[in-house]
Amino acid sequence: MRQSEETEFYQQVLAICLTAGRLMIVGGSEMYRVEDTMLRIARNAGVRDPRVFATPTGVFMSLAGGELSQMIQVRERNMNLELVDRVNGLSREFANHELDFAELRDQIEAVETTTPSFPLWLQVLGAAALSATLMVLFMNDYDWINFPAAAGVGGLGFLAYVWFKQMTRIRFISELLATIVMGLLTLLLHRLFPVTTVANILIGGLMTLVPGLALTNALRDLFMGDLLSGVVRLFEAGLTAVSLGAGVALVIKFFGA
Amino acid sequence: MIIWLQILINITFSYIASVGFALIINVPHRALNFAGINGVLGWMVYWVSFRAHFGRAIPNLLAALALGIFSLLFARIKKCPVTVFNIPGLVPLVPGVPAYLAVRALLIGETATAVTMLIRVAVVTGAIAVGTLLATMLMERDYHLRRAWRHYKAR
Repeated sequence: MRQSEETEFYQQVLAICLTAGRLMIVGGSEMYRVEDTMLRIARNAGVRDPRVFATPTGVFMSLAGGELSQMIQVRERNMNLELVDRVNGLSREFANHELDFAELRDQIEAVETTTPSFPLWLQVLGAAALSATLMVLFMNDYDWINFPAAAGVGGLGFLAYVWFKQMTRIRFISELLATIVMGLLTLLLHRLFPVTTVANILIGGLMTLVPGLALTNALRDLFMGDLLSGVVRLFEAGLTAVSLGAGVALVIKFFGA
Repeated sequence: MIIWLQILINITFSYIASVGFALIINVPHRALNFAGINGVLGWMVYWVSFRAHFGRAIPNLLAALALGIFSLLFARIKKCPVTVFNIPGLVPLVPGVPAYLAVRALLIGETATAVTMLIRVAVVTGAIAVGTLLATMLMERDYHLRRAWRHYKAR
């Protein structure tokens, strides 16, 4: 009887740790932090010899020297740092004995549904501001003609990206379509106002989608020794770059620059 | 353009850009302002050293190092994971645009441009990663040193 109770407790610990790990990967955390948090939760729950192997597409964990193990698949990954912060905070509260195990379980299960996100209009505004300002910073020639154009294209392109992402489950199609939308918008603007420069507006507008951060994170994972996850993320970044480049190249090919 | 105006524009714009990106990736409310400040610090380090003709790799490394150190400090102040400050701060630096330009040049058939851009992506990404890791290492050393100091004083 005693034995089965213990087994059930261990299964619960596994389930909590895996959910926490999955949420952190969905939120875009580094791999060593994911593994660290999961091990910390398990140790603070009083489990002997926990082991973790986390990759961007799946997490494996075993307890009590490998007697019990579970895995969980991670299907979608995007950036949502509020998730990472929440899970991290909960694990810290658990470590400081501000939460007991049952409370931790309820709260971690609630994190996915209750985590607030900024309203869409604010995100679009953020995308527009980001596109316009970074265009000026990058081009380094302070051109104010393309400033509002980049803001408009960036904001609308981001909106299109969010919309396409809800429509399809295929990963890189939404980037491709959003880029095509941006390309068409830019060309339209250029036809209406010939003083604008297509290349500059596109660079600004694409700022929200370009895989610069994904590349940097991939390299950081590689340097930390998480070779598998580094390679996976490097490849993901490469595919994103390909779909952006392909979208723009298609538009330019068929509608002229 | 006069230099003061340029500095002012660079500071405000890097702040706006970092906060804008922070909104998109859903950074916790309490960290928004610090994420923006972090972006300004990183970008200004990059901008100044780039204008001092340090080339392309060294400014990125220095900026990532500064960003890493400040993110770790902010993380301790605000009790958030380091990533929350680091990622929005890195946004003005990361080589997303060259990556896209490389693919575009390749598809249009300008192979030479594509290779140049790819090498630029590799150099900048490597510099940023090394800078961030150096910052992590320094803070680790700092932590160990402090603990050793406390042990020493307790004895």
